[in-house]
Amino acid sequence: MKRGFKGFALLVLALFALTVALGGCAGDRGVAPEDNNGPSETGNMPPVGAPIQGGEIIVGIAQDLGSSLDPHQMVAAGTAGIREVLFNVFEGLVKPTPDGELVPAVAEEFTVDGTLYTFTLRDGVTFHNGDLVTVDDIVYSIKRSADATSATTFVSALSVVTRVEAVDNRTVEIEIAEPDNEFLALLTVAIIPSGHGDHARNPVGTGPFRFVAHTLEESLVIERFDDYWGTPAYLDRVTFRIFAGGEAVVMALAAGSIDLASHLTADMVRQLPPDYYYLVGAMNLVQALYLNHAVEPLDNLLVRQALNYAADIQQIMDILSDGMGHPVGSSMYPAFARYFHEGLVDFYPHDPERARTLLAQAGFPDGFDLTITVPSVYTPHVITAEVLVQQFRAVGIDAVIELVEWTWWLSEVRGNRNFQSTVIGLDARSMTARAMLERFETGAGGNFINFSSEQFDETFALARAATDSDEQVRLYRELQEILVEEAANVYLQDLVNLVAINGRLTGFQFYPLYVMDMSTVHFVE
Amino acid sequence: MKLIMRKLFTLIVTLFIVSILAFLAFQVIPGDAAVAQLGVDATPESLAALRAEMGLDRPLPVRYADWLGQFLFGDMGKSHVHDRSVTELLGDRLIITGSLMGLSFLFTVGIALPVGLFTANRQRGSIHWAVTAASQVIMAVPPLFLGLVLTFLFAVVFRLFAPGVFVSHHDNLLGYLGYMLFPALAIALPKSAMTVRLIRSSVGSELGKDYVQTAVSRGRGSSAILRRHILPNIAVPVITFLTLTLIMTITDAIVVEQVFSIPGLGRLLISAIENRDYPVVQAIVVIIAAFVMVLHFLSDILCRAIDRRIVL
Repeated sequence: MKRGFKGFALLVLALFALTVALGGCAGDRGVAPEDNNGPSETGNMPPVGAPIQGGEIIVGIAQDLGSSLDPHQMVAAGTAGIREVLFNVFEGLVKPTPDGELVPAVAEEFTVDGTLYTFTLRDGVTFHNGDLVTVDDIVYSIKRSADATSATTFVSALSVVTRVEAVDNRTVEIEIAEPDNEFLALLTVAIIPSGHGDHARNPVGTGPFRFVAHTLEESLVIERFDDYWGTPAYLDRVTFRIFAGGEAVVMALAAGSIDLASHLTADMVRQLPPDYYYLVGAMNLVQALYLNHAVEPLDNLLVRQALNYAADIQQIMDILSDGMGHPVGSSMYPAFARYFHEGLVDFYPHDPERARTLLAQAGFPDGFDLTITVPSVYTPHVITAEVLVQQFRAVGIDAVIELVEWTWWLSEVRGNRNFQSTVIGLDARSMTARAMLERFETGAGGNFINFSSEQFDETFALARAATDSDEQVRLYRELQEILVEEAANVYLQDLVNLVAINGRLTGFQFYPLYVMDMSTVHFVE
Repeated sequence: MKLIMRKLFTLIVTLFIVSILAFLAFQVIPGDAAVAQLGVDATPESLAALRAEMGLDRPLPVRYADWLGQFLFGDMGKSHVHDRSVTELLGDRLIITGSLMGLSFLFTVGIALPVGLFTANRQRGSIHWAVTAASQVIMAVPPLFLGLVLTFLFAVVFRLFAPGVFVSHHDNLLGYLGYMLFPALAIALPKSAMTVRLIRSSVGSELGKDYVQTAVSRGRGSSAILRRHILPNIAVPVITFLTLTLIMTITDAIVVEQVFSIPGLGRLLISAIENRDYPVVQAIVVIIAAFVMVLHFLSDILCRAIDRRIVL
């Protein structure tokens, strides 16, 4: 997702220019975008047929992949683009499935006994450089990413690890400080060879594809790894082409120069040529108007509730994505199926009258001035903010948008908490439901909205300590309820993720994470 | 010789000032390379550790002096974001952006000079109106938009090239030039339209002057008048204008590189600013500043060679 103007309007203009240029000469004008209300459903089906082994595809990526290919550094830095791509190259002791389950990967099996995790190494797992994976590599990998002294490779969630040890040449024991139901999710952290020097530039993993080449701002190439321990990939080679923005990706799709692109908007999908289809998934984040509880008048519960009643989520989704997306209600997205509290979605129905009454009660009968800070690179958030401004105006709140650059946002909003409100999407980097909630604990580093509730803190402490999984689910749902009752933020939606795919390809699977699995993608006869 | 020494001195002083300004600009805008790198889930501890690793915890004058010291010895430092030296990052990009600029300048001159000169004599009539109207329209289109229109036309409709599938000059020189053709055109077309107008209006205003009337009364043919008498007189403004055009090509290249997904200097500059990667920004800013100044110098010398009345 990069900055941009509306691709659709652009193509119409380009088409207009083309009409002028061709001066009315008849003939095939290529792909004319149709002015309908949504991506058309006709012909939008993956192809059916016997899978073909082999082939090469080009995948369009609309953001720079950054620099380091070191898997631990990627997790530490939260650089989503590169993580998404190198999901194909690396594996942990366990790995996620499209359903969000964790299955053994480099480990063949594991047992959990309170704080002690025992992993048995799978036989015959080899690195892409040909070396067999040993228990030493596992110990090295876990220790490396749990090492707080290294700024760039330290995965802070792994700091709970107190001991990593190879018991024999097939068994590794990992001990953590206190029992933790969600710890296993952290062991998706990549297993890398201990003797290998250059993880940043020439990464070696155990996944179904091996890394071949990376040219900055140009491309990243992976090839099928034939000695993979698991189900082999179909494609011989996948080239990720790096584009300077979403519009460039749309052009490339229209010209047929790429086979697959994800994170597209409804506007972009509308322009797809007929030989492509698209799949509808979720971005797996909580988009909200996050409110700074330390500034007036947002420190007032009535005001925050008024904002919630003033917002019309359905209208935002209609304008932004033809109604696609999923309302969230609280700080959890639907992919965390066990924890997601569907009942909270309609907690604050759209009710401008009620919003006005609440504002009057709060002492703002004539509304107030509100600044919404939005990082300009994220077009969906910018559009959302524009719609919110109109909706707030209807109840007398005079909102203005302040567009800022992304690093500016990180520094001023996230870091210095110097803002009133902001539209952004927050995800769960450590792949645990807890990551969605822990940032609202009083005094938490990530609590940039300055939320503070004793009830929340107490419940969160109970949830953290809960060893019974059902109990934990119940407490997580309770935490979501507290956030909504306190009107912590104006919760909006989990944004839709549209993936355009070449009509001869199928097998693409969505994950509840920000990853792109190429191992199941294949051509059909 | 004295002149060159003087110009060289000015160049160095200006570059020094430019580098200080670029450096200070990074202090004014919020966020640094550590913030940009660690993203949403950064902790104060991880930020502090990364700043120390990058040397960002040192006082500003120390960092600048350090950078300058290295730069003077030809070491542009190491990128904060990419695990590479700035020299390594810039190498290929200078070639790519340089050739894009060169190519678009060739197109600008190659289109503008013939069209401008051949139609210069026609200051009224249908050709006059056609050229005026065409240049007016093309001038008004920014390279960004023209780039998108060209991509749509030649990639989507005629499928002459694959947008975004950049071909490296290392792999295939011909394919590379083919890929650069349309970006270069996107930059060159508005510029050549402007140059055509300049040539035509310069010639037009000269046509009414006494020396041209004298030449006409002496029975000279119109093409000979244009070549022998008018051209030397309009050469200086045209060269000055083309120099400015070439300089403006840099900014256009930065924009067009985004549209065509070309991994050049412009894309690196933009991402480096976003990531607060100051060693990279410093290097690019100094290179662009030096380029602009050298161009001005060369253009001055050329104009002086044509017209001895010009004092440098």
